[in-house]
Amino acid sequence: MSRLLSEEEYRKTKAFKVKRWYRGEKDPYIGQVELKPQKQFQEDINAQKQRIHDEAILRRNIYDIEHNKKLQLFSKFYKVISVVFVAALIGILLYVVSYLPPVGNAANPDNNEVAEKYIEDAMKDTGAVNIVTGMILDYRAFDTLGESNVLFIATCTVLILLRVDSKSKKKEEEESDRLYEPKNDIILQKVAFFLVPMIIIFGIYVILNGHLSPGGGFSGGAIIGSGLILYVNAFGFKKIERFFTQKTYKWICFAALSFYCLAKTYSFYCGAHHLETGIPLGTPGDILSSGLILPLNICVGMVVACTMYAFYAMFRKGGF
Amino acid sequence: MEIFQIMLFIFLIVCAISVSFSKNLLNSIIIFMSYSLIMSIIWILLESPDLAITEAAVGAGITSILFFVTLKKIHAMVELDKEKDCSEREGGAK
Repeated sequence: MSRLLSEEEYRKTKAFKVKRWYRGEKDPYIGQVELKPQKQFQEDINAQKQRIHDEAILRRNIYDIEHNKKLQLFSKFYKVISVVFVAALIGILLYVVSYLPPVGNAANPDNNEVAEKYIEDAMKDTGAVNIVTGMILDYRAFDTLGESNVLFIATCTVLILLRVDSKSKKKEEEESDRLYEPKNDIILQKVAFFLVPMIIIFGIYVILNGHLSPGGGFSGGAIIGSGLILYVNAFGFKKIERFFTQKTYKWICFAALSFYCLAKTYSFYCGAHHLETGIPLGTPGDILSSGLILPLNICVGMVVACTMYAFYAMFRKGGF
Repeated sequence: MEIFQIMLFIFLIVCAISVSFSKNLLNSIIIFMSYSLIMSIIWILLESPDLAITEAAVGAGITSILFFVTLKKIHAMVELDKEKDCSEREGGAK
């Protein structure tokens, strides 16, 4: 049997508070714990005089090189020791280098069977004509996952460092940064009108043919990113925000990285045993061949393209 | 072909040294860009076109753009801007 509380009583219950907090209407900590504004620092005159006096003594005793004999001696000693240290370091390194095996020797440890195995079996194992891509995205696919994650984390760090929060400051900064630019430069716009589609199509070509010809996700993504940067420079941020905003960036990165993660971490779940993916490798040389390499290339390319554009946008106006 | 390669290597070394000795930051970025381009040609001659494409796109393209933007952010490219600003203001006043 339920009983109805009156409005006043309901406001006192914990459930109501939790609900308000959950909806974000009221943060229970505001004004109570963390966000109190700091008291302004005030120093009385005596303390200030004392501080200035102390600083003067400090400067006279420590930083005055001309009259301080100990300091003079130390600075000379420091120079000599630094030269000796660098010379010793160079000597040690050269001594170590003399122990390295000679270049081109057949018995060198880097001249082992791994490279031979890759060159011989890569096409059979991965189905990719371009052995480099086969190595990056099949044998060593987990490394590439780490690389794309590093790019994503780098964007997050740049976002923390360069983000402009308050709206008025953002506007001011944007104006000051874009003040000296030619607005609606017609030559730049006409050139970009022809070049941007070609650059982006070339980037897409490099990504899609990553397993057939030189190139791949990273380089193709960088090409697309530079195309986007040219577009922004010619037509401004307003036009690119019609199809590329922070939300798009987040979703593309999230989708690409999680697809990559799900597709390539299966060996963790099954104890590092190599399982057959079940995707046929196809005939080498076709565009739809070599299993997972093509989708993974597309993932890496999208992450890289978005990251390159995001770096530029954040450097320019502190956000997207 | 050998002579061409040697010329490229010499130019590469000259670029690498002059980047660090150039007084103007803008100039050193442009020299760095040409360093990347030569490096990408050398990658092709060394038969690694994958690296060549990446070097051309990242080294010559995006890195230098980011360097330019950084120079603008730290107001190192301020001289030209100031002159332009002054002339604009005078024009506005008249």
